Amino acid sequence: MTTSREITRDGLWGNNVALVQLLGLCPLLAVTSTVVNGIGLGIATLITLVLSNTIVSLIRGFVRKEVRLPVFVLIIASVVTIIELSMQALFYDLYLVLGIFIPLIVTNCAIIGRAEGFASRNPVGPAALDGLMMGLGFLVVLALLGALREIIGFGTLFANAELMFGDGAQTLTIKFNQDYPGFLLAILPPGAFFGLAVLIVTKNWLDLRPREKQEIIEPAPETV
Amino acid sequence: MTNVIVSSPYVVQGSTLKRLMIQVIIALLPGTIAYAWYFGPGVIINICLAVLLALAFEAGILKLRAKPVMPHLADFSAIVAAWLFALCLPMHVPWWLVLVGIGFTMVAGKHLYGGLGFNPFNPAMVGYVVLLISFPREMTTWYLPNSVSGETLSLKEALAYTFGGADIQQWDALSSATPLDQVKTAVAQGITVSEIRLSPVFGEYGGKGWEWIAFWWFIGGLWLLATRTIRWHIPVALLGAVLAMSLLFYLVNPETYTSPLFHLLSGAAVIGAFFIATDPVTAATTDSGRIYYGLLIGCLIYVIRVWGGYPDGLAFAVLLANMCVPLIDYYTQPRVYGEK
Repeated sequence: MTTSREITRDGLWGNNVALVQLLGLCPLLAVTSTVVNGIGLGIATLITLVLSNTIVSLIRGFVRKEVRLPVFVLIIASVVTIIELSMQALFYDLYLVLGIFIPLIVTNCAIIGRAEGFASRNPVGPAALDGLMMGLGFLVVLALLGALREIIGFGTLFANAELMFGDGAQTLTIKFNQDYPGFLLAILPPGAFFGLAVLIVTKNWLDLRPREKQEIIEPAPETV
Repeated sequence: MTNVIVSSPYVVQGSTLKRLMIQVIIALLPGTIAYAWYFGPGVIINICLAVLLALAFEAGILKLRAKPVMPHLADFSAIVAAWLFALCLPMHVPWWLVLVGIGFTMVAGKHLYGGLGFNPFNPAMVGYVVLLISFPREMTTWYLPNSVSGETLSLKEALAYTFGGADIQQWDALSSATPLDQVKTAVAQGITVSEIRLSPVFGEYGGKGWEWIAFWWFIGGLWLLATRTIRWHIPVALLGAVLAMSLLFYLVNPETYTSPLFHLLSGAAVIGAFFIATDPVTAATTDSGRIYYGLLIGCLIYVIRVWGGYPDGLAFAVLLANMCVPLIDYYTQPRVYGEK
């Protein structure tokens, strides 16, 4: 039985969907040209993960093993349809920007991966928490990558925030330098790969660092 | 009497990396001087800035990788890469453009792959392509040679533009697209080649000024061949492919397709054939492989120039051919003596 603390740590860091499992890279690389796009898709994926994990966990006693995958896909597709229609109603502009990547959440391997790997074997509470934490981990990476690419590519942060938070949010946009010429590469697809690579390297580096320290502090005991 | 036991090799060839790179620099000199003669001191500023930045990046990243700094700096390879990179740039560019380009050349193009000898892509072309797709406005503002405009920017003006961000508008009359770019735009508008050639930027064969720079690159290339710094396969195959492609289409319709000489003497064909495509690390390594590699680049240059989105295609052609090198090498291994 995994404790909620382990679930949280796994989702946010140790088994992060984007940085460790490397799942769901297609939307991750495609929509993160700005922070707002990243957060928008991140929230949509987060909600999908929580709902699909909860439902899969609830029905895990009724579904025969042989048909579980089609059932999971049906559940995920229904959840994504609900989210797509709600976004169309509530955040129409953001819906237009994210376009095809909202319905494509269905194909995000991370979601069916969690349904099969965790939710179908655990009670509702941990399953929902796992969905929330995996979703949050994905959301943070999307937002970070979006921020990185937006700052380097456009020299701004939170551009088009009004798409998500309403007209009042236009003031959120930060422009660092009026004369910034823009670095198109960061916005184009190669920039997404470079940015993701930088994030993965940073994570691995942070993971490895404490171990090196320990080795220095505790030298092997000498036997005489 | 003592017998000193010497092991093989008994004949020392004396060709070191450093000597190779110095030969390349010597061969680059005539073309570089001609380039600066026609287009002003901006060319020299770009080269100096690029070389200094490249050495700084190289030293910094060698230090990060805990490698000996001085021996690597002294092998001149960073200088050659920076020099070739600077020659691809327009004559007058702001300093930060060189900084970004050299950063990608040295860090992403070379050291992220493991340093000299391990990089699959030509580092100078990596840096150039990053700039070309990221900063299209700065990278396509070229200037007229002095034989057309009658003047070039003085050293002081060029420095003011590179480092001070002086307003480019005051020299607007001097800026112009390259001959290749003009031909491309005009042909797309339905203007015939003979009409285009009436424009003052065109000389006898290629663009005014450009044709003589290409001639001096050619002389430098012959020097490289004479000193056996490079083999003949790549330049001959590359220029041959450009010549064959352009001759074919020129014979079909000389009013839409420019002459073979124009293609050979414009843009980066000659410098690319002798200096860039022949990079020993990223080019094919077998003799027949080098021919295929050169032919591939030559054909791609022509295709990109005539039908592609960019006026010149050397950088993209070299990078695409670099990608094919493992395949080319695999299929062109020479027969081992005694094997079938």
